[in-house]
This record gives sequence, structure tokens and C-alpha cells, in this order.
Amino acid sequence: MDFTFWDILRNLLLATRWTILLSVIAFIGGATLGMAVLLARVSDRYWLRRFAESYIGLFQGTPLLMQLFLVFFGLPLLGLRIEPWLAAVVALSLSASAYLADIWRGGVEALPKGQWEAARSLGLHYPNQMRLVILPQAFAITRAPVVGYLVQLVKSTALTSIIGFDELMRTSNAISNATFEPLTVYGLVALIYFVICLPLTRYARHLQALKPA
Amino acid sequence: MAYSLNFDWLSQAAEPIAHGAVATVGLIAVTTVLGTVCSVLGAAAIRSRSLWLRRAVGSYVELIRNTPFLAQLFFIFFGLPSLGLRLDPAAAAILAMTINLSAYGTEIVAAGLDAVPKGQREAGHALGLRPMLVFVKIVLPQALKVIFPALQGQIIIMMLESAAVSQISVRELTYEADMLQARSFRAFETYFIVTMVYLALSIGLRRILGFSGRKYLIGGAP
Repeated sequence: MDFTFWDILRNLLLATRWTILLSVIAFIGGATLGMAVLLARVSDRYWLRRFAESYIGLFQGTPLLMQLFLVFFGLPLLGLRIEPWLAAVVALSLSASAYLADIWRGGVEALPKGQWEAARSLGLHYPNQMRLVILPQAFAITRAPVVGYLVQLVKSTALTSIIGFDELMRTSNAISNATFEPLTVYGLVALIYFVICLPLTRYARHLQALKPA
Repeated sequence: MAYSLNFDWLSQAAEPIAHGAVATVGLIAVTTVLGTVCSVLGAAAIRSRSLWLRRAVGSYVELIRNTPFLAQLFFIFFGLPSLGLRLDPAAAAILAMTINLSAYGTEIVAAGLDAVPKGQREAGHALGLRPMLVFVKIVLPQALKVIFPALQGQIIIMMLESAAVSQISVRELTYEADMLQARSFRAFETYFIVTMVYLALSIGLRRILGFSGRKYLIGGAP
């Protein structure tokens, strides 16, 4: 069977759906879990804080590929069937939660102490201090690094090809093997990732520039 | 089905794991040296007066920062041979890692150059030093001091990303792990141990870089 240039491009673009879907799901999962990690990381309880600190350090200090393998081979130990997509979603969400929690922690710690004091003097309890005063501001000042992290997340989905999730990278390996045109295929793949990531990078830079120093 | 963890295979695995760790450290050491040099050159180019040079290096940085390392690696290893450039796996890995690290390093070093007050350069020129000497002896040492923590972080990220070069069969730590689990059928335990080795490597690398940075950059810069 012959592949024309357009066949290659069409197949790659179809596979791009899975790359984007995985990025979105992992970002949502990571943000949800990351909120919990953030709350632990900035809590008053020493052990909770230490736990969150080690959690973040563990994910930032080990290769994502290893995390993918551990989840992929670890899920069956918990009685779940090995599914590449499930392992990809779980591993990327866990990793994203650590990075996002760390970014948001920076935001919380950057707020002046007066914000906490003002919230307390309004008679708010801790949950409401967080929900109404601290977190909205922390999220607002960390928008640029969060968008920047999103770029990293999109790029890291390429690693899920190694555990067998059929996203852009894995599809490109298959097409490259079938067409013997690795230069065209990997060139196009790089271009597709570039087209997804560049607007995000630009947007992150734009947000960074908006921020008063 | 109950599953119990089993680490009996570990006694025979120590040697391959050690070999793999040495290879990973070797890869990142070479990449660090080459990448730092290229980053300095890239930063000098991106802050130079030549518009053409700024555009070229700027595009390179954008291209690398917005594509996955794995795609870059496969492009170099599988794609370039059809242009007549055939590299063995280790050379392809070092090339890909250096190109990747240099793109981030260029931005980091350039930010450091911006942080050096203009008066420093002017003072150098006023002393009659040639522009090259002003850059190497006055501006660059001060820039490197400022950006050292960021560069160190990027080197560690690169070390962790280098796990992907196992995919083109470079015999580093992840490759050894793949081989071990194929022999022992203890995939989870194998990757767990190797993940801990990576963690130790990244902590160790941070210590070593921090120590040498303080010694040679912060303390004793000429």
C-alpha cells in the first residue's frame, strides 16, 4: 500500500486528537489532585507539609518515563487491567499535580502576610480565608507559569507512546516504519507539536509581560 | 490473585544497574559541558547586533522548546540518515541532548546577560579592553553567577529526560531496567528500584553542581 504525503499528514492529524485529549484530561486531573497537594503543602500541620514536599520532590526528581512504567506495571498489582490509556492518564495526572501544586505554592507564598491577616480580621475561618482571599490571588499571579507548564505537559504526552498509548508519537513510529520516510514523518510530527505548543508559549509570555513586576 | 513483591533478583541486578547509572551520568556530563558552551554562544548570538543571527538562534530556541525531546531524538536518529548523516545511538543521544539543553540554556544565559548592569560593560570598554575580552572577563562571569541555579535545574531536568534515549537502544539506566525486567519478569520492582536510583542521581547531581558552582563561580571567579 502506498502512502502519499497527504495520507501521512491525515493520519498524523487524526492521532493528534489523542495527544490533545490526553493533555486536557491530564491537566484537569492534575489540577484537581494538585489542589489537594497544594492545601497539604501550605497547611499548618508539619507532617502534612512534609508529606506534600516529598510528594512534589519525588515527581520532580524522577523521570516521567519511570513514573509511566511504574503506573503501567503497578495498576495490575491493584487488581486493575493493564490499559495504556489508563496508565497514561494516571501517571500524567500524578506528575502534573506535583508540578501544579509547586507552582501554586509559589503563588501562595508570594502573597503578603497582610492578606492572611486581613482575611482573619474579617472573621473568616481557614477554609474561607483560602477560598475567598488567598487562592484566587495565588491563581491569578501564577497564570503564566501554569500555561508554561501546559506546554511541558503536551510535550510529555509523547512519552506515553512508549507504554503503548496510540497518540501522535506512536502513530508516527508506525507510519515511519510503513513508509520508510522517517525524515518526512518525524519532521511533520515535530511541526504538529510546534503548532500546538507555540501559541501556548506565546500566551504564557504575554501573561508574563502583563504581570506588574 | 494475590501478588507479592519479590526482590530476589536484585543481587544479580546490581551490576547492570551500576553500569546503566554510570552511562547516564556520562551522558549528562558530556551534555552539560557541550550544552553550557553552546548556551553561552547562543546567548551571545541572541543578544548580538546582527539581526540575522538573532533571528536564526531565536527560531532554533523556539523550535526546540515547543517540540518533545522524543520527537527531536527520533528525528535525529531515524530521520537524518536519509540525508546521509548516520549516527550511532550514543552520538545521536548526545547530539539530541545537547541541542535540547542548549535551547533552554540560551534563554537562561541571555537572561543572565540582561541582568548585568550596562555600566559594567561600559567600564570595561573605558579601560580599553577589546569587546571580546569585556564579554569573557567581565560580563559573562557575572551573568553565570546570576543564572547558575536556573542552569543547574535545567541540567537535572535534562538528566531525567535522558531516560528517553533508551528508546534508540543507548545502554543507559532505563535501557538496563528494560533488559532486567524482561529477564526477571519483575517489572514493577525493577522500575521501582531504578526510579530510586534516578532520584538519588538527581539529588546527587544537585549537590555536586551546587558545590562546584559555589566553589568556581560564586567564590573564585576571576
